[in-house]
Amino acid sequence: MAKISVQQLNFFYGSKQVLADISLEIEDRKIMALIGPSGCGKSTFLRCLNRMNDTIAGARVEGKILLDGENILAPTLDVTRLRARVGMVFQRPNPFPQSVFDNVAFGPRILNTHKPKELPALVEASLRQVGLWNEVRDQLKQDALHLSLGQQQRLCIARALAVQPEALLMDEPCSALDPQATLEIEELMRTLREKYCIVIVTHNMQQAARVSDRTGFFWLGKMVEEDATAALFTRPRHTLTENYITGRAG
Amino acid sequence: MSERIAWNEFIIGAIIRIAGFSTIGFVILIFAFLLQQGLPALNEVAPDNFLGTRWYPTFDLYGMMPLFLGSLLVTVTAILIALPLGISTAVYVREVAPQWAREILKPLIEVLAGIPSVVLGFFGMTVLAPFLRETLQLPTGLTAFTGALILAYMALPTMVSVAEDALDAVPKSYRDAALAMGATRWETIWRVSVPAARTGILTAIMLGIGRALGETMVVLMVTGNAARMPTTLGSLFLPVRTMTATIAAEMGEVAAGSVHYHVLFFIGILLFALTFLINLAAAPAILAKRRRGGLR
Repeated sequence: MAKISVQQLNFFYGSKQVLADISLEIEDRKIMALIGPSGCGKSTFLRCLNRMNDTIAGARVEGKILLDGENILAPTLDVTRLRARVGMVFQRPNPFPQSVFDNVAFGPRILNTHKPKELPALVEASLRQVGLWNEVRDQLKQDALHLSLGQQQRLCIARALAVQPEALLMDEPCSALDPQATLEIEELMRTLREKYCIVIVTHNMQQAARVSDRTGFFWLGKMVEEDATAALFTRPRHTLTENYITGRAG
Repeated sequence: MSERIAWNEFIIGAIIRIAGFSTIGFVILIFAFLLQQGLPALNEVAPDNFLGTRWYPTFDLYGMMPLFLGSLLVTVTAILIALPLGISTAVYVREVAPQWAREILKPLIEVLAGIPSVVLGFFGMTVLAPFLRETLQLPTGLTAFTGALILAYMALPTMVSVAEDALDAVPKSYRDAALAMGATRWETIWRVSVPAARTGILTAIMLGIGRALGETMVVLMVTGNAARMPTTLGSLFLPVRTMTATIAAEMGEVAAGSVHYHVLFFIGILLFALTFLINLAAAPAILAKRRRGGLR
């Protein structure tokens, strides 16, 4: 069974329909990439998966999103619990203006998942998972904003992992980073794939081709095509997809 | 042609420079005058007299402790009242209130800062003081607590406004990050937004203390002006006299150049130094933040 199953999802901002009839199965321990031009709704779709759109006035959603078979769009659902299960990494690195340690410990502290004396081990494990431990082990008490942008983004991933989520949503996680830092994040994604279900939104088609197992192509609020990444990039079934990936549209 | 432009530039530059330097110059002159009039008091009055507990200028007793402690008591109480109220109001206005309410509340709060202090003092004398006297069964309603309440109210608008600006400058991405980890709205406010805005909130507190410490009219009108030592907590509900009120009340009746006159100026120097120290205490945090981009 798919980890996340999206069924006939419609999304509206006020009277404007942003997503139309989207159905998608996302497997556990796989990377699903969502590509498409700016404003095609791929980020909005991603934010449906952890209900971050709830914070926007006038947003309305129809359809079903099942996480392990449970409909996360149900009004009775505990949204904070959902967001602890489905972590998110944002477009620009957004560590809190607090110490490196406090950043990683933030989630476990508010969710009360660990005793205070267990936190150092958890913080270390989370930082090791993103390959940041050796770089920052002597700077745990320093302000996180002193790190480089690439390090900040890996710190944000570590912060999300410290909550011990089941899935990770990444919204153009490399768009603010230089090529070297981008490669490091992509490398990291390949290792995280062993444990998590990952959905990444990217405007960078090479990135989607490099890291993902499956790719979905969004166009004007619809999902035109979804297939194994290799197949979608070599034998697209729709002309829209072909035009987009060959650079003739979008 | 180019000579005319150079001449114009010179004139404009000179005018702006004079305007800038004269402001600084006046501050220095005022400070020098304060020192010149106040410092002789140190020679004319023995130190143990200064540190004494009795302020009776007619008998050459210039004990400043009651005045200093009076200012301290009123200011600290005012801040203790204003701080939680001010921060919660700022949090409400910025984080909780709907957009339309915020647009009404923010300017309204800023207008409150413009109420003349004498009007508030009048309100304190005629409404608040009798009310406190009756409800708390006090001998008089003109007490340190009455002054602190009004001062807290006076400090609130500035504190709320500055703290609200600081919260407003906290990037939305911080809130998103907290929410996306499963934080509730309150956890996000108290654990992310408020700490991220701490420098601005500290500035708000310092401005509030400065306002409360330097305020004269209100304390003169509602604190009863008895220069007695506030030694117990109960003194909060008895009359006190502050440093500012002493200067304001006595300066008009004192002979220029007398010992009493010099002592009053010396109190002014102390007030100046206190305010300066408070600002200095807040400076490192504010400067550090500014260097890193943006006062939050």
